[in-house]
Amino acid sequence: MAVTRKDFSIFPLGDSAVLAEFGTRLDLDVNLRLQRLAEAVRAKRVPWIRDIVPALGSLALHFDPGSVPAGLDPVEAAERLLKDSLRGALRAPRGRSASLEVPVCYDPELAPDLAEVAERVKLSVGEVVRRHAVAGHRVLMMGFAPGQPYIGGLDATLVVPRRATPRMRVPAGSIAIANAQTAVYPFEISGGWNVIGRTPLRVFDVEREPAALFTPGMNVRFVVIDRAEYERRCRL
Amino acid sequence: MPPVSIRVLRPGLHTTVQDLGRYGLQHLGVVPCGAMDVVAHRLANALVGNEAGAATLECTVVGPELLFEDMSLVALCGAAFEATVGGEPLPQHRPVLLTPGTRLRVGSAVRGARGYLAVAGGISVPAVLGSRSTYVPAAYGGFSGRALRAGDALDAGAPALAQTRFGRLKNTRSTGNFGSTGWRVEAITLPPANIVAVRAMEGRHYGQFDAGSRRAFFDETWQVSKDSNRMGFRLAGPALARRSAGELLSEPTCLGSVQAPADGSVIVLMADHQTTGGYPKIAEVAGADVALLSQVAPGGALRFVRCTVGEAREALQRLHEKIAGMTRGIELQYGG
Repeated sequence: MAVTRKDFSIFPLGDSAVLAEFGTRLDLDVNLRLQRLAEAVRAKRVPWIRDIVPALGSLALHFDPGSVPAGLDPVEAAERLLKDSLRGALRAPRGRSASLEVPVCYDPELAPDLAEVAERVKLSVGEVVRRHAVAGHRVLMMGFAPGQPYIGGLDATLVVPRRATPRMRVPAGSIAIANAQTAVYPFEISGGWNVIGRTPLRVFDVEREPAALFTPGMNVRFVVIDRAEYERRCRL
Repeated sequence: MPPVSIRVLRPGLHTTVQDLGRYGLQHLGVVPCGAMDVVAHRLANALVGNEAGAATLECTVVGPELLFEDMSLVALCGAAFEATVGGEPLPQHRPVLLTPGTRLRVGSAVRGARGYLAVAGGISVPAVLGSRSTYVPAAYGGFSGRALRAGDALDAGAPALAQTRFGRLKNTRSTGNFGSTGWRVEAITLPPANIVAVRAMEGRHYGQFDAGSRRAFFDETWQVSKDSNRMGFRLAGPALARRSAGELLSEPTCLGSVQAPADGSVIVLMADHQTTGGYPKIAEVAGADVALLSQVAPGGALRFVRCTVGEAREALQRLHEKIAGMTRGIELQYGG
């Protein structure tokens, strides 16, 4: 992984943030690299940067406009910071990424789109579940709602588009797929992805430290649980 | 000493507890929230002697009716409201000392859309993830994670605090119902009655829109639609078209990002904005004008005035200096 100036292009996002773009297409290696870069920048604890947000192929640094030092051009300073951190991020020994087992109940009552997905990809429902409930998934990005992960690594045979009409209410814990990703809904919200199961885990809980179950870069393994186990774990 | 107790007699349209926002967790999808008009929020706090980060009540278009059971020092900034204290007009943009048992009614906004009611000592709710701001979609922060309802009881600073602070103020006057000052601060985010000019920079996908759309964005008048909320303002106006229909990778968004989805609509992201999004960004509203934009009520008209990033940053710097100057002026009135 050679580091060159061309690793990213930098764009201002208004007057209080910059965006570094590493690629315009989803590339899992690029995504992994920018997750590491985000952590390296975070470790520097720059007082005038209040949010570091890695996404699928880009990374944003949000400034605290009140604390940018006088005379500092934050866009230039951010670019320098990213370049310096990029070297450090790649030199540093790679720690093992955190990993999480996510129990999923694929019961049709909790998986309103599972049968339709199976039909669309011409596999049995059981085979769709078998190909989804495996290791090898990874959190590519957090976004849309607090604690909501966008998880990559979906089996290529399970790639389906979003639903033509979004559902108004998707229950909390719903496991949904679209394109090449899996999302887990932290709250009951509207959503256009195909719901193929539900986890009893609390995806986001402000009473818990940390509140978010998922973090960017985390390795994820989906594990099949039956309805009785789902109900039991919901009561925990 | 027990805190000031505030009873909610009528909640208003959408009254929530807000502060300067919840930062540092956007990488986990945690939206920043905070006051839509941070300028009015800061001034209201300064007027009652609070730190800028103390929690205030954000009133939206129609404010609440509140019963202050104890002596309280309050200030209402932002939009101009038909507001009364015990039946008399409430003087806005200045500190007001309420006697125990006073009813304060923040009626309809006559100009602007959002008011900030600060109470000496701050609205006392637990901080969640480092902020007292309400985030209604996920039901956390503020008062029980939701907008106020009739019958709610809020706590704020102690009654003694109100009296002590008001006692330090110069140039005060009192009527039967309340005490106030002969001076007021300027309502710097109150929008003009006709078309509001909002400075904006070309967004990073501006060049992907066709020439007509690029022109129309800065030339035409936009109307804030009724489907606008704390998450985003939908604008009605010319339909915008991109030259290519390609999907974008979801990427980080900002307060003030102007998204233009494929259906031709335009959405300005506001305080409760999602942290990431996949729609093209045609523009970014200047940070200095976000507070002004938040004061445009549904149906109100605006125009985008092109500016550079450098100009936007300078404007923001000047706004911060202006607020700091006004805050120092208020501190002098407190004998500070």
